Amino acid sequence: MERKIERYCVPGTVEEAVEAIAGKDATLFAGGTDLMVQTRSGKRPFTPLLVNISRIAGLGGISTDGDRVRLGALATISGIRTSALLKEKAGVLTEAADSFAGDQVRNKATVGGNICNASPAGDMIVPLLLLDAEVELASTAGRRMLPLCNFFTGPGKTRRERNELLTAIYFPIPPVGFAAGFRKFGTRPAMDISIVSVGVAATRDDAGWKNVRAAFGAVAPTPIRGTRTEAAIEKGGTAGEIARIAESEVSPISDVRASAWYRKELIRTLTERLHHDVFET
Amino acid sequence: MSLKHEISFRLNGKPATLSVAAHNSTLELLREKLRLTGTKHGCGEGECGACTILVDGISVNACLMFAVDCDGREVTTIEGLRAEKGLSELQKAFVEEGAVQCGFCTPGMIAQATHLRNTCPGMNREEIRRGIEGNLCRCTGYKKIVDAISSSLEKRDS
Ligand SMILES: Cc1cc2nc3c(=O)[nH]c(=O)nc-3n(C[C@H](O)[C@H](O)[C@H](O)COP(=O)(O)OP(=O)(O)OC[C@H]3O[C@@H](n4cnc5c(N)ncnc54)[C@H](O)[C@@H]3O)c2cc1C
Ligand code: FES
Ligand code: FES
Repeated sequence: MERKIERYCVPGTVEEAVEAIAGKDATLFAGGTDLMVQTRSGKRPFTPLLVNISRIAGLGGISTDGDRVRLGALATISGIRTSALLKEKAGVLTEAADSFAGDQVRNKATVGGNICNASPAGDMIVPLLLLDAEVELASTAGRRMLPLCNFFTGPGKTRRERNELLTAIYFPIPPVGFAAGFRKFGTRPAMDISIVSVGVAATRDDAGWKNVRAAFGAVAPTPIRGTRTEAAIEKGGTAGEIARIAESEVSPISDVRASAWYRKELIRTLTERLHHDVFET
Repeated sequence: MSLKHEISFRLNGKPATLSVAAHNSTLELLREKLRLTGTKHGCGEGECGACTILVDGISVNACLMFAVDCDGREVTTIEGLRAEKGLSELQKAFVEEGAVQCGFCTPGMIAQATHLRNTCPGMNREEIRRGIEGNLCRCTGYKKIVDAISSSLEKRDS
């Protein structure tokens, strides 16, 4: 494969980074765990400008910011997995990070990379959809926020403009009574790309479950919310009924990893189990 | 020709300055340019762990890391993981427990196990198994590797 990188730069600040990529066809890398595999396999050619964003000051970190949690784009999956703050406030992210790749990949892979890579199977995306996350994008024109649920437009495609850097992910600190769970299915427990993944979340009040969220990975061109499944959970259907609605709501494809039929079976089974674990215990 | 970029870093405790192609992986830098062939090339795409090295003390896959990103960092390969006098306690445990058969996975296993020993010294067998999920071994069936890491935990390198 022809590689024609003409310039390599390592910005130290967000300002330097957005300056460097303004008006250019730049290839960014954070952990590089997706980019390296894609460029090697020839799936993705390099562009003339290669930008290492992994040294940008203040782009990492996991913290609270008022009534929100902020994940810096460079926060690694290991950082998420071992964060005491997330374990306490948003354990569904801890759970997803724990079933993500192996230790070596988790040590390098970033949450920003997982989102910008925009794989339908991206394992950080489903739990962040449950948490009503928003992404912050920066360019020379300033910063803007986008809800994560509107960010993806197709496999590998997002609403991020070429000249924008994803700087952080924010989500509201979940209220008392919040419960959530995430399951992925792959043949090698953690190391595998998800064949499917499912997440559910809701907040309990006296009347039942409110603000229900359901999300699915690897069953559509992007990770998706399951609004019919959400409505069924809110109405208080049985786990079996809800699981059948989830199954009917997704339209996966067949590929090397699994057939569409098998993916639907998995969605039904995992949704039923998750419903049991999250809402019935 | 692809762009070359000069980097300076510490490799197994010694300073190094050299120029690398911007698209190269750290695995290519180590094996092909520096001839440090202890770090193995298994899959080249993050699946097998044979290329595990420590960067700033943390385990990563050399095949997934851009060589240019070594700049300013502390890189440790299997060649730098021995104790001052011969084998480390971890390496001795691998020998004693029979955790090495063909040996291809061993440098990566030792690098990953070193990271685990440093970050979670009190881990149990299940945690060790989880900790080496990113390392494939086609020979041992893992039991003896887990035995070796486990038995090494009580011992410290002098
Ligand atoms: C062996 C192996 C196992 C894996 N297992 C899993 C798994 O279980 N689950 C899973 O979801 N993924 C998995 N992955 C995929 C990958 O590790 C993740 O998607 C990871 O989070 C990507 O992060 P990164 O920092 O390495 O991304 P990079 O490779 O650095 O970047 C990925 C893409 O995002 C862009 N980008 C990165 N950061 C930014 C930013 N801040 N702003 C704008 N653009 C940006 C890059 O330009 C690139 O296009 C696996 C990969 C490997 C090799
Ligand atoms: S060669 Fe790097 S993980 Fe297999
Ligand atoms: S000893 Fe042969 S691969 Fe592990």
